[in-house]
Amino acid sequence: MVHEVIIIGSGPAGYTAAIYAARAELKPLMFAGLQPGGQLMLTSEVENWPGEADGVMGPDLMEKLKKQALRFNTDIRQEEIAKVDFSKRPFTVTTSAGVEHQAKSVIISTGASAKWLNVPGEKELQGKGVSACATCDGFFFRGKEVVVVGGGDSAMEEATFLTRFATKVTLIHRSEAFRASKIMLERAQKNPKINFIMNTVVEQILGTEKVSGVRLKNSVTNEVTEMTADGVFAAIGHAPNTGIFKDFLKLDEKQYIVTEPGSTKTNVEGVFAAGDVADHYYRQAITTAGTGCMAALDAERWLAAQE
Amino acid sequence: MNELTTASFDAFVTQSTKPVLVDFWATWCGPCKVMGPIIDELASEMADVEFAKVDCDAHAELAMRFNVLSIPTFVIMKGGSEVGRFSGSMSKETFKERLSNFVK
Repeated sequence: MVHEVIIIGSGPAGYTAAIYAARAELKPLMFAGLQPGGQLMLTSEVENWPGEADGVMGPDLMEKLKKQALRFNTDIRQEEIAKVDFSKRPFTVTTSAGVEHQAKSVIISTGASAKWLNVPGEKELQGKGVSACATCDGFFFRGKEVVVVGGGDSAMEEATFLTRFATKVTLIHRSEAFRASKIMLERAQKNPKINFIMNTVVEQILGTEKVSGVRLKNSVTNEVTEMTADGVFAAIGHAPNTGIFKDFLKLDEKQYIVTEPGSTKTNVEGVFAAGDVADHYYRQAITTAGTGCMAALDAERWLAAQE
Repeated sequence: MNELTTASFDAFVTQSTKPVLVDFWATWCGPCKVMGPIIDELASEMADVEFAKVDCDAHAELAMRFNVLSIPTFVIMKGGSEVGRFSGSMSKETFKERLSNFVK
């Protein structure tokens, strides 16, 4: 069976594409991937999703989008796509269990994943104080001291969130300039439990059975210091999940998928990209939902033109 | 699914004749929600393992006793002692593979 459209990824872009494609009776088949719901599953309160006047929890928002996609009969599979072949039509996608599926068009909404620090001690101490999810793990740092690394909105959000539990949160940032929005930065700066250490990078995470501290290096003076901490949360940005597409699609220097300006078209006709996988600039739930909608409309029109 | 409490935990894991997989989770944790249905499916598919859950919010003492610092964390118990653990969300195949390393 050749599907009209396969959607890879299940963040706001994927679900919005599914809602539109399903309502257009394209019977979309969605592969939700290893992290169903995407990055919002790792956040706490989302305050800027239009229509949710009182804010909404990230996982709850994703549950609603999923429900809406299911309402119009999207076929959602809890499987990961490990391989694609866009060199011939129909396109083929292969799950990690080795099952192949074919489609006339593909919408890629695989998003981006948080980057790790890639320093000694990080891998060894994962789940032992090194965490990838402040909202999941913050609870276990009640009365403890933690470190957040980064200078963007997610670093500010995580640091602020962690003050609910930790007695002291130290935010370590490699420069003096912040990418974070003014509202998020000010909220963190005003929080008496958050200390800022600027122009500093984490060189190593210390500890054997669990995290005991971090080794820091000042990038201006080159001074190396050690600081005690019970937990380390990295929020240093994201990398797009484009590894399986690199043989077929044009990627930019940061490995994001290149789309035609003002559309979701990639360099392969019939393959569309939406959400963070093709956007390192806006990276908002609402912008990815917007491009998810565009991708479904682009796919629908492209499919109609093929007939 | 066996929902364990601070009071019932020890008796359950020591009396079980099969290895026990304990899922440390909480309602606010997105990745735990992802793993929930996968674990439910495996619980009905794998007859040689007993599956149990600990809600870390309601039973923080158990989470502390097991030094859980990240959820979801899966701890494998045999005869009342821990024989292995892993954490994070993953595919059903990967989960099954990692679990079977400890229950052979």
